[in-house]
Amino acid sequence: MRYYQSEAVETKDIKEGKIPTEKFRPKAKFAWSAGIAISRFLEELKNGKIIATTCSKCGRIMVPPRIYCEKCFKPADGWKYVKDTGVINTFSVSFLAADASRLKEPIVVAIINLDGASEGMGIVHRIEEYGDWREVKIGMKVKAVWKPPEERTGAITDIAYFKPIRE
Amino acid sequence: MFGKKRVAIVGAGVTLFRRNLKETGKELSYEAAKTALEVAGLELRDIKSVVMGSAPDAFDGVHMKGEYLADGAGAYHKPYTRVFVGGGTGVFTPLAGWWHVASGQFDTCLVVCEEKMSSCYPHPQYAFTTIFDPILERPIGMNLIWIFALEMNRYMHKHNIKKEDIALVSVKNKRNALDNPIAQLAANITVEDVLNSEIMAWPVQRLDVSPTSDGAAAVVLASEDVAKEVTDNPVWIDGVGWCIDSTHWTDRDLYYPDYVECAAKMAYKMAGIKNPPKEIDLAEPYDPFDYKELHHMEGLLLCKKGEAPKLTREGVTQRDGDLPTCPSGGLLGCGNPIAAAGLMKVCEIFWQLRGEAGKRQIPGDPRTGVAQAWGDLMQYGSVIVLRR
Repeated sequence: MRYYQSEAVETKDIKEGKIPTEKFRPKAKFAWSAGIAISRFLEELKNGKIIATTCSKCGRIMVPPRIYCEKCFKPADGWKYVKDTGVINTFSVSFLAADASRLKEPIVVAIINLDGASEGMGIVHRIEEYGDWREVKIGMKVKAVWKPPEERTGAITDIAYFKPIRE
Repeated sequence: MFGKKRVAIVGAGVTLFRRNLKETGKELSYEAAKTALEVAGLELRDIKSVVMGSAPDAFDGVHMKGEYLADGAGAYHKPYTRVFVGGGTGVFTPLAGWWHVASGQFDTCLVVCEEKMSSCYPHPQYAFTTIFDPILERPIGMNLIWIFALEMNRYMHKHNIKKEDIALVSVKNKRNALDNPIAQLAANITVEDVLNSEIMAWPVQRLDVSPTSDGAAAVVLASEDVAKEVTDNPVWIDGVGWCIDSTHWTDRDLYYPDYVECAAKMAYKMAGIKNPPKEIDLAEPYDPFDYKELHHMEGLLLCKKGEAPKLTREGVTQRDGDLPTCPSGGLLGCGNPIAAAGLMKVCEIFWQLRGEAGKRQIPGDPRTGVAQAWGDLMQYGSVIVLRR
């Protein structure tokens, strides 16, 4: 094997300016169109409902909705409400925020397969009111907790979080 | 034969992998490319085309990164392209090089992969969050580690896999890296060390994860006639495969990477491999997290679904086992300069098949090896089969 003996340096030497560096923070901002399917989805969230699109060829009830079926590669041909309850497909208990800083209290995030959608289809969202995080389990039934109507903005966060349904 | 020309790797070179390297991306590209050319015994004038692989521009804050890196990669006044398929880039880049030569258009192709993650503050994980859907996912506060944690938990649940068995991968790869002079995180650790390390996003703990790194790697590809002129030890690219799944990652079962299986089947068909565990002597599955090596062994059809932890426990995947995996030390041991890490895996198979892996050399005169990388939103697989 042949390798080049590159020059390793310490992060602290960079931070202390011992290694010449130049710094830059981009000031770009973005505003994304939500598109045809997701704009309708967000409008429905504002009404406290979750909507899917359907494909008559493969029979899927697809959430998040799209205007085409990527498998059949044809237009989706209908809208259908699904329930705001579902099952935890998988989850994580995170001690990390988005920027990798540490959280004192962990947050739980899960993929939730929504009732009424095709098997295995769902969304990613937060879980709260679970008690001890060690009690969160795959297969647990959950229900959406909605923000009050006056606080909804037509965003995925109009669902504040999902909480376990105790039976 | 697939394509007009059979294609060989005739040279390979890597830089050190470290948390911070003083060199720029261009300089790292130059160091790796120059080393690979020297091994091949070729000069830049012998190179007819160049393919570059590098991950998201957001790490570097340099747009048009392919063009930025071009002269370091030896592309001055040559046909040149940069390819990018997320974490899958490092193995996809030599696949793109393969079609340059296999098409008959070019006799040679220099393949270079570079990554410099240290430029991004406070942590490159934050730049990574831009891979998530801006409308439906980013408002949830997504962290990159979450997708791995969600996938790992589903995999463990589906096959009832213990964290102890997954941790064995981290122990093995970091130990293998002790014999690799480029390695960033070589160490003798125990399963307990992994299980007692900081919880980042359950079930992912600190020692389940590869680090962020700077580094570069390069290989020189040549058509059969050129390869036989320049070396007695060409390593043939006998199989190539790549495949993508949907970005609707909340709509599929993450316990199994069927897009990797799709890519592997494409590569095995081309290589005429019918029984992968029997016909493949060593593998470098993509291991940015310890469970990913297991996940990818299964996707590569090296064992049955859910069986990879058992093979690991039984020592089958150790360097002296029947199917050594990540003899290089992998990403867990060597570091993870994303595109460069994937190409390093291809370099390792090259060295192993030529008997040039030094202290890492696996016994038994290996003839066939497979390297694989993975990326994007848990959706991309790239696979290469090499033979001596």
